[in-house]
Amino acid sequence: MRLLTGNDLKTGAVTWWTGSDWSIHVEDAADVTGGEDEIARREEAARRVNSPYAVDAEMHEGSPRPSHIKERVRALGPTVRPDLTLKPADPDIGNWVI
Amino acid sequence: MYKYDSYDQAMVDARVEEFRDQARRRLEGKLTEDQFKPLRLMNGLYLQLHAYMLRVAIPYGTLDSRQMHALADIAEKYDRGYGHFTTRQNIQYNWIRLEEAADILADLAKVEMHAIQTSGNCIRNISSDHFAGAAADEVADPRPYAELLRQWSSFHPEFSYLPRKFKIAVIASDTDRAAMRLHDIGIQIVQNEAGELGAAFYVGGGMGRTPMIAPCINSFVPLDQLVTYSEACLRVYNRYGRRDNKYKARIKILVHELGAEEYTRQVEEEFAHLLDQGVEPPLAELERIKAYFEDPLFEAGTPETIDRSDPDFALWVDRNTVPHKEAGYVAAVISLKPVGGIPGDATAEQMRLMADLAKDYSFDELRVMHTQNVVLPHVRKADLHALWTALDEAGLGSPNLDTIEDIIACPGLDYCSLANARSIPIAQKISERFAETGKTATLGQLKLKISGCINACGHHHAGHIGILGVDRKGVENYQLLLGGSEAEDVSLAKITGPGFDENGIVDAVETVTSVYERERQDGERFLDTYRRIGMNPFKEALYG
Ligand code: SF4
Repeated sequence: MRLLTGNDLKTGAVTWWTGSDWSIHVEDAADVTGGEDEIARREEAARRVNSPYAVDAEMHEGSPRPSHIKERVRALGPTVRPDLTLKPADPDIGNWVI
Repeated sequence: MYKYDSYDQAMVDARVEEFRDQARRRLEGKLTEDQFKPLRLMNGLYLQLHAYMLRVAIPYGTLDSRQMHALADIAEKYDRGYGHFTTRQNIQYNWIRLEEAADILADLAKVEMHAIQTSGNCIRNISSDHFAGAAADEVADPRPYAELLRQWSSFHPEFSYLPRKFKIAVIASDTDRAAMRLHDIGIQIVQNEAGELGAAFYVGGGMGRTPMIAPCINSFVPLDQLVTYSEACLRVYNRYGRRDNKYKARIKILVHELGAEEYTRQVEEEFAHLLDQGVEPPLAELERIKAYFEDPLFEAGTPETIDRSDPDFALWVDRNTVPHKEAGYVAAVISLKPVGGIPGDATAEQMRLMADLAKDYSFDELRVMHTQNVVLPHVRKADLHALWTALDEAGLGSPNLDTIEDIIACPGLDYCSLANARSIPIAQKISERFAETGKTATLGQLKLKISGCINACGHHHAGHIGILGVDRKGVENYQLLLGGSEAEDVSLAKITGPGFDENGIVDAVETVTSVYERERQDGERFLDTYRRIGMNPFKEALYG
């Protein structure tokens, strides 16, 4: 599957296309296979996202997991600061990245 | 310390307002990202792995407590409570919002700081010896020369669109504490036999994809020609540097391809042409700048002896303080490398404490080291115990300067969008391993440097032990290098062989240190032993 990701223009936060909007949670991301270019163009023009691009992903325990480690680090936050990740309470979240 | 005059302040203030307008236009959709990107980069604002990242310039690494307090306030008000000190003596914030970026620049301008020249193909913030003005071995304080070159290079219209970024370091002692020969231009202020000061120019060094040690192209440029000679070096590069290929665009490639001799000939020709063009500022300007770097009022007769009855304190004194040119004083290094910590990171609270301690004990001065630590340059020996006590309570008292725990690590894949692999967790694991086994002390000076990609921000080529993160089919892999040095005995490290995974690289580092322990002769550092016995014994131990 393909996911569309970018950054929020104002805050810089990493965001994922859900099919109808942008979310900071990768588990909300929708498969955009085939439609990525058009959605990216439209959403960037409307300034709802900055510098969008599509990445490969697989389903993992019921939600999408980007194939490349760089995108997994982007999705979650720095592995060395679990307190600053999107799941600071989950002690095992590092395993999702690595 | 240098203080802005009305021109400096007006330039920086005007730049803040210009950027405020640019950011507003971007947010309103009047600028596309392609149009805005070069503008934000000229103000140190990158789009990184998690958010916008702001890199703030700290000219030649020198700060006062008011500035350090401002950096702490920014960390707290606009970021997530911390900042990262870099190998170019700057600071980076990782979680910046575009809508607040101009406010941050305005706050910086109030304390005579900015983020100009921290990105783009211009002359970057100039670095220097972190012990400048304190070191017993310098022929002069190198910072006035660095400041002169800062003023010359800031907004220099001819050098704002160079083929590639351009880094200059200035030192003034034979001991190189600024990796001078691994810069595009390294300048060493030297004294000739007649006692006159001049500048030796080393041009075409660098790390990155193609590491090179800069050759000396002129061993004595009179100081009243310093700017003109720099201009000549830049002009030849600007004219002939490879703009067709990003990977061949640095000056090191030009110097290498032309040969140092031919490059020098062209520089001398350009220099002769420039000499009567009025490029050089009057010497009075240098004298005006020098006045800002006068020694503080050192106290005469302050005690030389230190009460070493507390062994933890004594260890810190032995490891983290260095001799000072003034009797009764030392330069004290605050380690930002706690065992298992993130090299170079400091919280807002820690920054405030360092600022307050600088005010109390170091004539209000701090320095950022390229090794990602902070120096209080002028501390009375009599104040060391009070200083150490305050640092230790705040987790800043690690006694590990230049040991295997004092690791340089770039942000790597945890923060950097160019990275292939994470650097920080490797640094954490290595410092934990050596602290656990208690081998740190017995290994003595051992400089370990880690980069998360070939760009070499973590100076892996210059590590006694270097580690380079690579991407092997989507999996992090680490190459091990041995034998580098960024100091006056400069050399480039060599790769040992096939890389290792995350745990394997920690074991590999332990293996090579064991070879050193087995082979070393009296007084040899790791680097000395490596240079004497060569790579093979290390390879055998690593790969059998
Ligand atoms: S060396 Fe590479 S990974 Fe590390 S900070 Fe530089 S560009 Fe990023």
